[in-house]
Amino acid sequence: MVNAKINGIPVQVAEGTTVLEAALKVDVKIPKLCHNDDLEPWAACGICVVKNGTNPKMIRSCCTPLEEGMAIVTNDAELVQTRKTVIELILSTHPDDCLACPRNQECELQRLAAEFGIREQPFPKRLRDLPLDDSTGSLILNPEKCIRCGRCVKVCQEMQNVWAIEFLGRGEKTRIAPAADVKLGEGPCIKCGQCSAHCPVGAIYENDQTGPVWEALMKEGADAKTCVVQIAPAVRVALGEAFGLPPGTNLTKKIYTALRRLGFDMIFDTNFAADLTIMEEGTEFVRRFVDGGKSEGGPLPLITSCCPAWVDYLEKYYGDMIPNFSTAKSPQQMMGTMIKTYWAEKAKIDPAKIFSVSIMPCTAKKFENHRNDTMYASGFQDVDVSLTTRELARMIKQAGIDLLNLPDGESDSPLGPYSGAGVIFGATGGVMEAALRTAYNLITGEDLKDVNFTGVRGISGIKEASVHIKGTEVRVAVAHQMGNIAQVLDMVRKAKAEGKETPWHFIEVMACRGGCIGGGGQPYGATDEVRKQRIRGIYDDDEKSEYRCSHQNPLIKQVYAEFLEKPGSHKAHELLHTHYTARDLYLK
Amino acid sequence: MAYKNYILVCGGTGCESSKSDELFKALHQQAEAQGVKNDVQIVKTGCFGFCEKGPIVKVLPQESFYVEVKPEDAKEIVAEQVVKGREVKRLLYRKGEKADSNVKIEDIEFYQKQFRVVLRNCGVINPENIDEYIAREGYTGLERALFKMKPDDIVNELKVSGLRGRGGAGFPTWLKWDLTKKAPGDVKYVVCNADEGDPGAYMNRSTIEGDPHSLIEAMIICGYTIGARQGYIYIRAEYPLAIERLKIAIRQAKEYGLLGTNILGSGFDFDLEIRLGAGAFVCGEETALLRSLEGNRGMPVPKPPFPAISGLWKKPTVINNVETYVNISVIMSKGAQWYAKIGTEKSRGTKTFALTGKIQNSGLVEVPMGTTLREIIFDIGGGIRGGKKFKGVQTGGPSGGIITAESLDQPISYESLTALGSMMGSGGMIIMDEDDCVVDIAKFYMAFCVDESCGKCAPCRIGTNQMHAILDKISKGQGTEDDLAKLEKIGKAMTKASLCMLGGSAANPTLSTLRHFREEYLEHIRDHKCRAGKCKDLVVYEIDAAKCIGCGLCARKCPVPCIAGEKKQPHVIDQARCIKCGECYKACKFGAVIKK
Amino acid sequence: MAKMTLEQLRKLREEKRQELSRREVEGKEIQLIVGMGTCGIAAGAKQTFDAIVDAVKEFGLGEEIVIRQTGCMGLCYVEPTVEVVAPGMPAVIYGKMTSDTARDLVRKHLVEHKLLDSHIYDRPAVDIIKK
Repeated sequence: MVNAKINGIPVQVAEGTTVLEAALKVDVKIPKLCHNDDLEPWAACGICVVKNGTNPKMIRSCCTPLEEGMAIVTNDAELVQTRKTVIELILSTHPDDCLACPRNQECELQRLAAEFGIREQPFPKRLRDLPLDDSTGSLILNPEKCIRCGRCVKVCQEMQNVWAIEFLGRGEKTRIAPAADVKLGEGPCIKCGQCSAHCPVGAIYENDQTGPVWEALMKEGADAKTCVVQIAPAVRVALGEAFGLPPGTNLTKKIYTALRRLGFDMIFDTNFAADLTIMEEGTEFVRRFVDGGKSEGGPLPLITSCCPAWVDYLEKYYGDMIPNFSTAKSPQQMMGTMIKTYWAEKAKIDPAKIFSVSIMPCTAKKFENHRNDTMYASGFQDVDVSLTTRELARMIKQAGIDLLNLPDGESDSPLGPYSGAGVIFGATGGVMEAALRTAYNLITGEDLKDVNFTGVRGISGIKEASVHIKGTEVRVAVAHQMGNIAQVLDMVRKAKAEGKETPWHFIEVMACRGGCIGGGGQPYGATDEVRKQRIRGIYDDDEKSEYRCSHQNPLIKQVYAEFLEKPGSHKAHELLHTHYTARDLYLK
Repeated sequence: MAYKNYILVCGGTGCESSKSDELFKALHQQAEAQGVKNDVQIVKTGCFGFCEKGPIVKVLPQESFYVEVKPEDAKEIVAEQVVKGREVKRLLYRKGEKADSNVKIEDIEFYQKQFRVVLRNCGVINPENIDEYIAREGYTGLERALFKMKPDDIVNELKVSGLRGRGGAGFPTWLKWDLTKKAPGDVKYVVCNADEGDPGAYMNRSTIEGDPHSLIEAMIICGYTIGARQGYIYIRAEYPLAIERLKIAIRQAKEYGLLGTNILGSGFDFDLEIRLGAGAFVCGEETALLRSLEGNRGMPVPKPPFPAISGLWKKPTVINNVETYVNISVIMSKGAQWYAKIGTEKSRGTKTFALTGKIQNSGLVEVPMGTTLREIIFDIGGGIRGGKKFKGVQTGGPSGGIITAESLDQPISYESLTALGSMMGSGGMIIMDEDDCVVDIAKFYMAFCVDESCGKCAPCRIGTNQMHAILDKISKGQGTEDDLAKLEKIGKAMTKASLCMLGGSAANPTLSTLRHFREEYLEHIRDHKCRAGKCKDLVVYEIDAAKCIGCGLCARKCPVPCIAGEKKQPHVIDQARCIKCGECYKACKFGAVIKK
Repeated sequence: MAKMTLEQLRKLREEKRQELSRREVEGKEIQLIVGMGTCGIAAGAKQTFDAIVDAVKEFGLGEEIVIRQTGCMGLCYVEPTVEVVAPGMPAVIYGKMTSDTARDLVRKHLVEHKLLDSHIYDRPAVDIIKK
């Protein structure tokens, strides 16, 4: 342990704790801009400077470990003046169009300028005319607004190991840009949106598609369509943050009401589709597992495929492993197909007259809904528009809906009610746990007494567990945050190359840290603390559920009985499964 | 056949102005008169330096060094030295009051003003022949290290020597090595920073070109000391000759078994590779250099962790610059005790400088620490070219500050230069005279930093550009007094809040010129005047009608042309069209063109 | 060349050292040493080197002449630089030794045993390596 003083207040922290972190322990918030808790300090902005004792040298608190006996001063006239000058300098290279900025009121630079009482800009503007990049359809890159904090580059390269964004140019000409200076959509970008979730300003943000949704909702007369919406598991425990609630607050029932008030005709829940995914994917797994991955069922390990950013990554970086990929579509897409086939038929509505919207924690879902021909299984684009949690928050605010005081609502049957297994899809390990709950039943014909597989839960990057199903060992691995995946898959590759048995039978992969609850489309400011609380909200919902396993959901039984026949049936394959293609990192 | 004597008379500007020409003639006359014309050759030489004691005469082969020789002394020199073969003792340079007839050349203080430790082999050996290096005590330091010393002994040897890093701030070298040696890890690296990028600095280039083995030897010793088996020399691609000589030297060292496995049968393995830098100045910053060496973008990263703990590929790494290593070869060969006697108490040893700018004898010099700037500039460098007035000297390149005449007698050390608002830096020394404008100088260095800022850290990336814009405004006569306050404000923030020393010192040239020459800045602002005539926008060329004889030379030289006038009548410059190139000013032989 | 042992290195050093001092003591050999750092080469040292080779041939000066290269002598303001070590003459450094003047240098210094006027520069410092 290290003992020191910060602004005269004694503090004791573990060795290696930075001055910035230590200061928080004694309620001293050192102003900062480039630093983000998810990332190793990059030390670019120069705002978090502090002094040690009487030494006039300024040190960056974000990257300096607190040392025994230090006497840190975080505020004196010179420090304040220096920070202020640096903020003024940064503002001199940043456009003043805050009112029309996607980050208005949620911008870290704006907040800093407000806190420091910047009332004039002493330095002439040095702006740059750089083109907007909207080539991915999911994310928009506006390098003009970039303050070169480096977060997106570090997120993309270090957290996600995608290397789609990098710094180009030097000095003042430094800019963030897609790697190799191609369009973002023509390079390795997997649309996970973690860059947009970490950007402190409005330089990278989700492609706002609320416009077409408003248009559909407000259309009247002959052109009007039936507007159907689904909400993903992770949205319900994070949306509240945009309305001042603590992370993890479960707003499922208020969101149903809000969506209805926005004008949606039918409110379905992606959690139901998650149950459906488990039925298909669980069946697929059992088929492969039972014959040791040797038959036409496909090889082991089976790797989950419900994360579209991960699908994109695998197609680009691990094309050789496509046979290991579950062909089951993601819940968003299963729901989309079911709405325009099963439900349309049932409700006697022409699927051409259905406008299907999904509310997702994710920016890659905007890409998934037209990823390949299987996303048109109903004969139409199965999901017309995917919105992120952040977009939904704006719609609710714009419509003047007082979310927090709304009466509870219910989703619509039959594609609404869900099991606990469906909701935990939103957290890392959740898909694995949900699949195991059902796989146990598929293999043994019995239900588990204790459905909790705690070994696959939690925030650590790679989790391994071994589960015994009637004397047979099932080895599973769970990885989340794209940068952790290679380690797992490389071991699988190696075992295969050496002709050894696969280290795991079943692998769950989620591109974002914490799983979907940490998605790139979620409210800003996710830290591990926030992620843990969102996860807690998810598992609380699971525990309160009447049914904990997908196969127990009576409505799941109903759709199979009425429509899909049985898991893995020909019809199910036609509607609920997809395929993959190995791709080059760069289009050109 | 050869002459009995050769009399060398300094023909430098300083000596000529003190009548060396008359002395030269007088010596000829005396040789003739005394009938020894065929025994002696009298020749003029280039400046010896040491101009304050001029005219200087040197007689060979005795190497008699005479100072302040007057034409009247010619008779005696010829009579005594040429005729009788005796030195003229009263003219000999003496230290203090004692005249010693048996002074050897190495005892003459002037010759000790330069003391070539780092450059001991430069200009002496053939750098492409390892045998010549070996013959001059080469690789004796390595022998001593491998066979007589333990790694701890070497660290201690460096500690006793007092050597500090020659790349900038002067971190004690022994401590760097010791930290790396003690850092946990099986794989460690030795890196040489040969990414010399300061404008006007080329000491490292010349050192490698002249004596590459001296660097290689020290890096092997470093590897042995810290437990590294691999070294990298990161050198700018713009130094093709140095790279070529290094390659040859590494190949020869490998052939001799001085690099590779089981060096000299000691059981120690070490190898060296060259890595080329693409010319980014920031890659001279050690953390940026290491990133670049790894194949990443050359951007500084925060310290700690220091390279000694987590350097190249996150392994413990010693990174020193060329001059530091070359010093170590000498220390290991001649011993720390010998070395520690050179220099000052806190700054031991010597320092090489590249003297450039308005100096008479530009070139590579090496002086013991503690030598004054005056000695370097006026004694060794021969003073200012063309007899102009000294204005200041820039040390430390774009990271340093200007040092003015009042500080010329400061003995050079890390601390003294920092106290003067400059820094040791790698050793560029640019001399400025009255024709240099401080605003122009500050703008030049800021433009350099604008180009070379890596763009990572906000204070440097934006601050350098904002400061450059203000300096540009001032140089055009459009500045305000408030701009000076802004320069100081940004400069201060940049100095305090930048991540690395590029940004941390980029404001130095501006802030130091502002401190010493504020009046000149104000002249640009208030009077729209540049007294040195460097800031083009503020210069006006006019023809003094009283002095102009109408020769028309200026009109012929004018590239626009905008000078008109009848033959033998005063000419006139059309101010609206003048591009202020100054050709007319240079061309006029009558001083009729006036620069305002 | 085979890899050396410590003893072999020492032996080589001794041989080379003696070779050097023999040159100086016996004074048989004439050496023309051209400063070939970047500064020298930029000022034309390569042409100077060639001109010296030509001049040596032209004046029929025999095999006792060795023409060598070295690094920067520190006199960058008067590049190219050439050091001449000849028996019976003081060792001298010549500066501003372009290819044109190189011929004069060989003729004057080596044929006529005179120093070439106005091109002589001083060695900047004492050699710290004991001979």
